[in-house]
Amino acid sequence: MIRERSAGRRGGLAQRSGAAWRAAAVAVTWCAAAAGGGDVDPAVLEAEAARVAAVRRGSAAAVSIFAGDAGGGSGVLLTRDGYAATNFHVVQPAGPAMKCGLSDGRLYDAVLVGLDPTGDLALVRLLGRDDFPCAEMADSDSVEVGDFCFAAGNPFLLATDLQPSISAGIVSGVHRYQFPAGTILEYTDCLQVDAAINPGNSGGGLFDATGRLIGVNGRASFEKRGRVNVGAGYAISTNQVRNFLGCLKGGRICDHATLGATVSTSAEGRVVVDDILESSDAWRRGLRYDDEIVSLAGRPVRTVNAFKNVLGTLPAGWQVPLVYRRDGRPHEILVRLAGIHPAARLAEIVTAGAGEGEPPHAAAEPVRPPLPDAIRAVYEPRPGFANHHFNAVERDRVGAAIAAFASGLPRGPWVLAGRLDGGDEYRVELSDTVASIDLPTGTSMVAVDDALDRDPVPAGSGGLLAALVLWRRLVIEGPVAVGGTSYWGTAPRDPAALRDGAAIELVDVLETAAAGVEARFAVDVAGRVVAIDLWTSPDADPCEVRFAWPRGRAASGWPARMVVRRGGEPFGTFLIDPAADGGAP
Amino acid sequence: MIARRRLHLAACLAVAAATGAAEPPAPQQVAAAAARKVVKIHGAGGVRGLEAYQSGILVSPDGRVVTAMSTVLDSDEIDCVLDDGRRFRATLVGVDPRRELAVLALDAADLPCFTLGDDGHAAVGTRVLALSNLFGVAVGDERVSVQRGVIAAVVPLEARRGAAEAPYTGDVYVLDCTTNNPGSPGGALVDTRGRLVGMLGKELRATTSGIWLNYALPAGEIARGVEAVLTGATEPVVGRPVPFDPRLLGIVLVPDLLDRTPPFVESVVADSPADRAGVRADDLVIAVGPRSVTTRAALELAVGAVAPGDPVRLAIVRAGAVVECDVGPRPRDAAKP
Repeated sequence: MIRERSAGRRGGLAQRSGAAWRAAAVAVTWCAAAAGGGDVDPAVLEAEAARVAAVRRGSAAAVSIFAGDAGGGSGVLLTRDGYAATNFHVVQPAGPAMKCGLSDGRLYDAVLVGLDPTGDLALVRLLGRDDFPCAEMADSDSVEVGDFCFAAGNPFLLATDLQPSISAGIVSGVHRYQFPAGTILEYTDCLQVDAAINPGNSGGGLFDATGRLIGVNGRASFEKRGRVNVGAGYAISTNQVRNFLGCLKGGRICDHATLGATVSTSAEGRVVVDDILESSDAWRRGLRYDDEIVSLAGRPVRTVNAFKNVLGTLPAGWQVPLVYRRDGRPHEILVRLAGIHPAARLAEIVTAGAGEGEPPHAAAEPVRPPLPDAIRAVYEPRPGFANHHFNAVERDRVGAAIAAFASGLPRGPWVLAGRLDGGDEYRVELSDTVASIDLPTGTSMVAVDDALDRDPVPAGSGGLLAALVLWRRLVIEGPVAVGGTSYWGTAPRDPAALRDGAAIELVDVLETAAAGVEARFAVDVAGRVVAIDLWTSPDADPCEVRFAWPRGRAASGWPARMVVRRGGEPFGTFLIDPAADGGAP
Repeated sequence: MIARRRLHLAACLAVAAATGAAEPPAPQQVAAAAARKVVKIHGAGGVRGLEAYQSGILVSPDGRVVTAMSTVLDSDEIDCVLDDGRRFRATLVGVDPRRELAVLALDAADLPCFTLGDDGHAAVGTRVLALSNLFGVAVGDERVSVQRGVIAAVVPLEARRGAAEAPYTGDVYVLDCTTNNPGSPGGALVDTRGRLVGMLGKELRATTSGIWLNYALPAGEIARGVEAVLTGATEPVVGRPVPFDPRLLGIVLVPDLLDRTPPFVESVVADSPADRAGVRADDLVIAVGPRSVTTRAALELAVGAVAPGDPVRLAIVRAGAVVECDVGPRPRDAAKP
């Protein structure tokens, strides 16, 4: 998944400028033409045709969600195999099964996949086809105030004929922050539009002038006139959706990130740390009171809102670059973001709702009809998950990619040897029963048993040998056999690269709790493990192993280099000699 | 990102130069340029449903700001935040109570600003952008909100806030976009070329329907209001009741032939509210509620000052004694037949 942040999307400025206004004038011009019998400016007809085509594209991907007594709302199809985004507050009352209508006039069974209660996002999957029409996701950071946009959805649940309602407008604001008033639903970095967003539009797509998806409509300022449009609606940006999509697809209840520190605006207008938890990763990496936040995850922070905006788009557990200034000097650190909510609190929210909208009519749990067979086959409740079935699906998908790449690797002992970047030699041997590492500082050895946390060797690495042991087991045995392995979601392949605002490449992450340790493995599309974080204790800094793979698309082989860090400090860089291994491919 | 936007802007300017003035600039450009001339105003409020924020329009490079006269300005600490995030403490220069417009001054120089002075009405059907800090959603250097719409009508304002009639009764632009929101008053209405067309008005309801009005004060009125404030020539607002014809209550007064015709009752329409209340021919009305009246014209104004629906209580001199008659609720229509 590559995110194009800076791709030139401004095709033909002259065309944009004139066409935008002209398109708005289509109706007026048409009337004039009809009355006077004159010719219509071809540019106007062109603009009209382009708009009709865009609306057609958006409509095809629009989902009308009906959940019986629990109401309903809107959704938007993201993939051809039926994954659709909607709002948490739409599916929360609906339960695991719902009926979804498309503009083809057909009603499909759909199942809940994943939930993001804080971001008011949810993922469902429509069943029965592998060729659903779906929306193309645009880079929402390139949306500008004044851009034409339209919403396609199911306001007031009008789409009983399954045809979405279209409301058009312009983008009124970008990077808006909407604090969670009386609810936990926080809208960060969202798009504000004057297209009519009414109750029932929730969860539906917001599209640009070419029919590409830029956001998921979710909230409006309804204060003044009761629950109808007041000219200010808010949509979750597609870039935020993209960050959470992996976690959602894994059937999880996702959590948002916290830095473990709060910020406020100083008298001089700088954004400074006014409180920080000493248990936070940011504190351990050196962030202190009164430090000025300069940028987070590569995005400049000039206001408290900007800070909350950036943070709100990030899933718990990601590592991102943070630049802060102290005594006039900038410092850059990589911080690991914690979750906002304990897992138990998230589960509570999922059960009780987020507190938005009217209170539930009945105090008791609504009585739901038994699940249809089609849903039962793809729904597996489990604590901590919205639908564990999909976690197994994603885990097995990544497992298959790892297996394909591993087919050329030896099943027996592995030997990694070569030189450290300082020139000294090293040698790692990994087998089913024992693992050892020879370093200039000495030799370390662990028995491959159920207590890899006993002795995190080599000293200072935080458990490098344990990480490599689990890596070999994952590759040779597969995630299911290792046991305790689940699909975690996606994360940036190279967090440090976010600093430059460059394209973000997201990679799949598997999570393993085995042999007394916890580890996360980042796996690229080729099935290669690109990163391992291993904790021998949940409160300690993990051992961070980063693999660099040779360029090109070899079907198998060894990494070219292994960089090991712990607590922001380098442990060592290992250059791997491809010829050293006894049974190398 | 910033570098890219600058490039983009340069490209836009280049295209604009190449295509000449015939083509209106892109709405994105118009919005961006106009937003730099709109300020976010923070002042008094924040309690009892009164917002402590609104919008304002920069009308001179040295920091003159026009905004809506409101309780937000009832503070010694009025702050204006520019599009670039700069915050200025504002001084209240003066108000035009009739147009409910206020002029603020910022201690600044070389600010982007709108040009005042266009006196002509924009035509019905003119496409416009409305820029304001609705719901106070933009803070610091965040851009005010931009909505699009069309001028749907040019009509005299007949609106009220609570029970109070709006003092301005001249023409306003009625808009088809939802601009009647907290924070919007004082925002800018611009045309497709970014020229100032009007100022978004205060939150008002139409007098007849009670519906929230989306409207703007025309640019010509803004210019005259600013002029009046700066020259001290503002017109004070007094109650300005509209004369009410007592015939609508069933009272026919003696013909108004003199400068100061006393309010004698000529006749009473049978079965009218006045008839039922006991008003009789040859009665002399001396007071309407607490207001004493000595002329026919004064009586018409005094009845006009009674809010529609409120009781009209007359004090009458009949055969040397004072009689009180409650004629019942005042009808809505104040117009002379």
